[in-house]
Amino acid sequence: MNKVDKIRSQYQQKVKISAAGQHIFRDCLRAFWVGGAICAFGEALNAFYRFLGADVERSGLFTSVSLIFLACFFTAIGWFDEAARYAGAGTLVPITGFANAIASPAIDAKREGLVTGMGAKLFLVAGPVILYGTSLSVLYGLILYLLRLFGADLPEV
Amino acid sequence: MNYLMSFIFGGLICAVGEFLILKTALTPARILVGYVCTGVVLGAAGVYGAFTDLAHSGATVPLTGFGYLLAKGVYRAVTEEGLSGVLTGGLKAASGGISAAVIFGFLAGLFGFGYPQGSGKKSQFAIYKR
Repeated sequence: MNKVDKIRSQYQQKVKISAAGQHIFRDCLRAFWVGGAICAFGEALNAFYRFLGADVERSGLFTSVSLIFLACFFTAIGWFDEAARYAGAGTLVPITGFANAIASPAIDAKREGLVTGMGAKLFLVAGPVILYGTSLSVLYGLILYLLRLFGADLPEV
Repeated sequence: MNYLMSFIFGGLICAVGEFLILKTALTPARILVGYVCTGVVLGAAGVYGAFTDLAHSGATVPLTGFGYLLAKGVYRAVTEEGLSGVLTGGLKAASGGISAAVIFGFLAGLFGFGYPQGSGKKSQFAIYKR
């Protein structure tokens, strides 16, 4: 990064922080009610799948998959972005954000080709999420395994 | 009661995320990564399991729940199969969600459309760089 870029990014950072200060409570409240509503809807889906006879694990999976499907669908028709502009982290922090982070760059990169375009850009945000999540979980597994070799243990997850 | 708990705790987790985006240098993309990592760490510490009993979907639907799923998968796999579980447990537990997101995201990319020309908006992905 050259000097001009660096100064520009510092400037943008300052603008972002000072502009955000005015609406911080309003924006957090929006994130709260939309994020809470998505989680409550997830709970309803969960109850529905339990009612259909799925066990705890499966109903959790089906709930995630349903939310992911809905997020991708609404991204595809362009509604998700509108919601995310209103709710911010309220739509991005639930699993819907993970789905949108895959679908939205895929839509953007379609004209760049199917392999190095959409195929690669699909993972712009999801890639780091999977990378660091998996790395941490492997590190945790290694610690757990070694501790058990020496007779110690970690709390049950 | 489960719905209320899901709403309150899920909402709180999202509000904290919004606060971090507004007040710190964390972009939404970094928030997603940070939340998953937090979930793995809290899951490994044995805290998040108790939290899911309290908050239900308010704990499992946010991305911290995704991290918790990774930790839970590793714990189970190491307990059942030993050393190989270190590598297989995490992604095995998260495989359903990841596959669904990749497949539906791919379909969205194939059949979805961006903003029409002249609408002034170019990219739905822009929110991640804000």
